[in-house]
Amino acid sequence: MNNKSETSKRLYVSDISCASCVETIETALKSVPGVDEAHVNFADRSVTVSGDVSADILLKAVSDSGYTASIAQDKTESERENKDLAHYKELLIKTVIAGIISLAIVAVTMLGLLPEITTFKGQISWGVVSLLALFVLTYAGGRFFTGALKSFKNHNANMDTLIAIGTGVAWVYSSFVVLFPDSVSEIARHVYFDTATLIITFINLGSALEMRARGKTSEAIKRLIGLQPKTARVQREGSEVDIPIEQVQMDDIVRVRPGEKIPVDGELVEGSSHVDESMLTGEPVPVSKKVGDEVVGGSVNKSGSFLFKATRIGKDTALSQIIDMVRKAQNAKPEIGRLADKVSAIFVPTVLIIAVFTMLAWFNFGPQPQLTYMLVTTMAVLIIACPCALGLATPISVMVGVGKAAEYGVLIRRGDALQKSGQLTTVVLDKTGTITEGKPVVTALEPTSGWSEEDLLKIAASIETNSEHPLAEAVVEASKEKNIEPSSIESFEAVSGHGVRAVYQQKTVLLGNRKLMDDNGVNLGSLMDRSEELSKMGQTVIFVSVDGEAAGFLGISDPIKTDSKEAIQRLQELGIKVVMLTGDNRATAETVAALVGVDDFIAEVLPHDKANQITRLQAKGEKVAMVGDGINDAPALAGSDVGFAIGTGTDVAIESADITLMRGSLHGVADAVSISKATLRNIKENLVGAFGYNSLAIPIAAGILFPFTGLLLNPIIAGAAMALSSVTVVTNANRLRWFKP
Amino acid sequence: MEIIINLTGLVLIAFIVWWFWIFKNRSEARVEGNLLEIVVDSGVYEPSVIHAKAGQEITLRFVRKDSNPCAEKVLFDDLEISADLPLGTPYDLTFTPEKKGEFEFTCQMAMYRGKLIVE
Repeated sequence: MNNKSETSKRLYVSDISCASCVETIETALKSVPGVDEAHVNFADRSVTVSGDVSADILLKAVSDSGYTASIAQDKTESERENKDLAHYKELLIKTVIAGIISLAIVAVTMLGLLPEITTFKGQISWGVVSLLALFVLTYAGGRFFTGALKSFKNHNANMDTLIAIGTGVAWVYSSFVVLFPDSVSEIARHVYFDTATLIITFINLGSALEMRARGKTSEAIKRLIGLQPKTARVQREGSEVDIPIEQVQMDDIVRVRPGEKIPVDGELVEGSSHVDESMLTGEPVPVSKKVGDEVVGGSVNKSGSFLFKATRIGKDTALSQIIDMVRKAQNAKPEIGRLADKVSAIFVPTVLIIAVFTMLAWFNFGPQPQLTYMLVTTMAVLIIACPCALGLATPISVMVGVGKAAEYGVLIRRGDALQKSGQLTTVVLDKTGTITEGKPVVTALEPTSGWSEEDLLKIAASIETNSEHPLAEAVVEASKEKNIEPSSIESFEAVSGHGVRAVYQQKTVLLGNRKLMDDNGVNLGSLMDRSEELSKMGQTVIFVSVDGEAAGFLGISDPIKTDSKEAIQRLQELGIKVVMLTGDNRATAETVAALVGVDDFIAEVLPHDKANQITRLQAKGEKVAMVGDGINDAPALAGSDVGFAIGTGTDVAIESADITLMRGSLHGVADAVSISKATLRNIKENLVGAFGYNSLAIPIAAGILFPFTGLLLNPIIAGAAMALSSVTVVTNANRLRWFKP
Repeated sequence: MEIIINLTGLVLIAFIVWWFWIFKNRSEARVEGNLLEIVVDSGVYEPSVIHAKAGQEITLRFVRKDSNPCAEKVLFDDLEISADLPLGTPYDLTFTPEKKGEFEFTCQMAMYRGKLIVE
């Protein structure tokens, strides 16, 4: 391999362990001729090297300095999955073995196959059963005991504590009965080996099922990771070679053939095609790409073959950033989950205390045999209490909800945005670029007699080439489309707020609004009616006069996105008031507002005043979302309850936004709101279920029904219920996967 | 006999309250240099109380030995930092705590608990 390139390369050094290693490696690399810069990232143990040196020389330099380097690659995900799968299998095997032994113990206990415990033969036989149970407890339940002990030493208690005490007490008491049967009164002379082993079996089975279901909750991440192809076809020394994607370097020229996935981010340099970006942006229609356009790693090339120059590789690609963002957001905890966290924190010690009270209550007020009742109820209380269901209720739904949103091109940056999006009352939409395309185009050319459309456009384009106004861009673009070459002009003078005065082919040309014409005494005559008509349709009119005579006007408009109206309607159906915010004049704003059907609009807002408008709405008690482009609207986005940055292409990590919409469509906002609502509902179901379960199950296990009905909960049933409760929570969260916004 | 058993029960409750809630001396450590290793095993973080200086970049190297899926994530909720911990492979979490104060870090279900004290 001899991949020469003048830009940066990423290496992975597995054995960087201290700050001094960083120094050694950086020095070693910098001393290699041709290396301009070497920077070690201690956190992910990667080294970024820039300079005109081949990768193998760099690898050798690192190994000469005593470290092991490889070309950077991120394979932790598949590793993790393999380990998870191994753990799942291990749990299943333990469940099966524990299950078989447990059933055997249940059989001999229930069928009375063993001799009386008071006889010597009986003691021996039950002793064997005790040892078998001990085997199950240590083999399949050993982790509960070591976990309980460790956390106890740390003044901590968790689910392991409850399981370990519950099953441990059962085994110790039973073994005591086997050893000293006569020290226990006859009616209390009962053993609980079957109970202890069955509980361990159920809990193992529950863990395995839970793990399985949990794996599904991170399907969204796996799907995103799966988008990245394994290899790339790169031009090296005049020929095209397939190389692992990790070896693609900056500025490499990459070939993509029809049907292939684009390996990294870059800029198209040869050819053209249509690219399906739906899995990244949710945009269903393939996007046309020509030379100079940006292509995104992970999207699929639909038609032509093309070459592109790699501009972002490794962890810097849009896809990697999306994966990173989704993962972070999935870990975030919205406010609603905080209560459960507080309860979780004191849950286990509280249950331990309840267990002691239960024991004392049965001892003081319970019928004979007290010891048996004490034991059965205490065990049931310890086993049935399930902090897991409570602790999982929120995060597991958030994981699925955030993943679901990502599927629709909605990237949630902050955890509380999920909750707040579900509680919005008002959505404020910036007009330009949000409701409209944000790219003004010339939609009307109306010359007066004596002038042609081409003349009009040529004059306007010749003058506007010198302007930086966004409308000017539309004029220049229109002339390019009609192959009209702008000519040079003799002079150019901007008339602030009104237009431009220029000298073109020795003639004085005015280009601007009606006021500019009126001020200069230009008679617009018949142009007036027609131009007012266009104004009412939301178009901006630019008049052109030559030597004081009207030559015509151009109508420029920023087309409304085709699906804006529908998306706004969806938001309204979700019970949200939609307000449009724009710097445009009232008339234009009114027209656009009526066309897309917003509830209200605020016109003539200066850019720096947008944030104040948000504050004003919030002061009225509204929960306000602001939707904008994320750059001009940054203060308004930051000031709103939830800031949405819309249609930002590949720049996914916009600081000021809580949520980034990959797709340019407003449907993303409606999707985000309905997914958030569904997720919140799901969390509430889980929380109600988990709180309800624990607050009902624990008193029942303690025997609260006994005085009225004579009913007691079998600890085995308690074990099964506990195992089921957390599986239920995860399964309920998984229902969100089928949600369609 | 009755009194003894009831008393034992009450003492046991007092002990639970004291041991889990009142007693505070958990395994503590200070970030020396800028690196500290935290082992995630058997339901706990070791050390579980970490002292660091405000404004100074630290790297917490999480070594997860616990195959329990609960151990997979570590969240610093108030700092908006989170990480997925691979099993068996050390994971370095580097960040700069800016604000002074006590910040809890927990697993996803808040059963594994630790505290970062920024001074």
